Amino acid sequence: MFNSYTESLAVFFGINVLMAFSVYLPSSAGLISLGQGGFMAIGAYTSALLTAKDVPFAMALAAGAVVAALIGVLVAAPAIRIRGIYLIIATLGFGEIVRVLFINLEFAGGASGLSGIRPLTTLWYVVGVCFFVGLCLWRLRTLTLGRAILAVHEDETAAEAMGIKLLQTKLIAFGGGAAIAGLAGGLFAHYALFIDPEQFGFSRSAEAFLFVVLGGSGNPFGPIIGAAIVTLLPEVLRFLQDWRMSFFAVLLIGCAIWRPGGLVAARPPSRL
Amino acid sequence: MSDVPLLGVVGIGVTYGGYVALDDVSCRVVENSIHALIGPNGAGKTTLFNVISGLVKPESGSLQFRERRYTGLRPDQILVMGIARNFQQVRLFPVLSVIENVMVGCHSRLPRTSFRDFVLGPLGRDKVDRLARQRAAEMLDLVEYRGDTKAPPSQMTLVDQRRIEIARALASDPQLLLLDEPAAGMNPAEASQLSEIIRKIRGLGRTVLLVEHNTRMVFSLADEVTVLSAGKIIASGPPSAVKSDSAVVTAYLGNV
Repeated sequence: MFNSYTESLAVFFGINVLMAFSVYLPSSAGLISLGQGGFMAIGAYTSALLTAKDVPFAMALAAGAVVAALIGVLVAAPAIRIRGIYLIIATLGFGEIVRVLFINLEFAGGASGLSGIRPLTTLWYVVGVCFFVGLCLWRLRTLTLGRAILAVHEDETAAEAMGIKLLQTKLIAFGGGAAIAGLAGGLFAHYALFIDPEQFGFSRSAEAFLFVVLGGSGNPFGPIIGAAIVTLLPEVLRFLQDWRMSFFAVLLIGCAIWRPGGLVAARPPSRL
Repeated sequence: MSDVPLLGVVGIGVTYGGYVALDDVSCRVVENSIHALIGPNGAGKTTLFNVISGLVKPESGSLQFRERRYTGLRPDQILVMGIARNFQQVRLFPVLSVIENVMVGCHSRLPRTSFRDFVLGPLGRDKVDRLARQRAAEMLDLVEYRGDTKAPPSQMTLVDQRRIEIARALASDPQLLLLDEPAAGMNPAEASQLSEIIRKIRGLGRTVLLVEHNTRMVFSLADEVTVLSAGKIIASGPPSAVKSDSAVVTAYLGNV
């Protein structure tokens, strides 16, 4: 059905959708992260080291997500009291710390990376995980937790006065985003078969952030569209050769001018 | 009416920089009463509300709810304890629909969403959601909101937005409801309708502490009136006594 080119494109698209979701979830609570590459690295290394010890793939993936979530909560707990641009800087710093940490971790291959990872990620695995996470995020909107997350995003003071536990709600959103990035990392590691710290650096984090800015953060479909454009458009635009990235810049500027909320507008509340 | 105060405010002091917003403020709110807090602009009424609901930490003094000291609790803990409020500047959540805004008020009283609710929700069989929706609809009914419940609140008139905020506060099943200028921007007919709603709320066994500038409404509605001026309480008592108090007349009501 697929040749290897379209298959790998579809796999990387799926992984990018997960990365977009990982930015989307905390952002819906007002927490902008530019450090999701760090959580992806944690998920990738954790699961790769586990499957090397013959742990079943599903368990290794889950473990990667759990470890990423735990570290996410640990990092966010003190950082979450700061807001806006300061939180962005803190998450950016976190991403760099993780990268440098893995460079210095000898058992994880250090700077030369980890190779010989078993090829366990299939396209259907990626599709399944994407669907599962996407459905959960879509369902979240009408749950108590989802409403609490949106309320915190809209007005922290009013939310707290209405009985919402601010810190707990933010930590769940941030930890959830970290877990999704961890899943993406695990899937990536077992498809790329070689990982090194540089793959999860700032450009990875910025790219994930870009998916959401481009697609819109009002509902889970925005990040999917954003990831689709950033992943697939360069392939379509191959004929432009060196001008591909310039086209991207134009697209982003155009988006900022005409659709500042992202390509997929927030769903109006009247439909719910 | 019992004489045990539901809310006790004891010697509260708040300063912003060098500005004294509240200076040794003490008052008691009797259970199941309608208690009005009046005073000129900048007297510290909203600051006192913020202290009672935990949004502002007082520098001195203590707060008691049913004789239990609660100074230092977070706003969300205070809500769970039984004190809910609205805001003078309406603070509804713009991305949530009218009914969802009120549902947020129910959160502290809802059971946890079970796995079954999570899975069957899309089929309309989420019990927690149904419970919250039903309760929110009842609260909107109580405040006589007649508009669209699925539209965003920004499409509603200011008067309706105030009603929605009262419904959201009531959804948390508070024993004490703090209302900060609920009649602001209302015409006399709407204000008297609001008076009826407040009486109805009291009729349900709740206590209402009300900040209001509409003095006619205050004096006809309140069982007890406390007057705040420049951060200090200058009078407190039944409306008839407060109305003729010379200090109150000078500071706030003016000579008629």
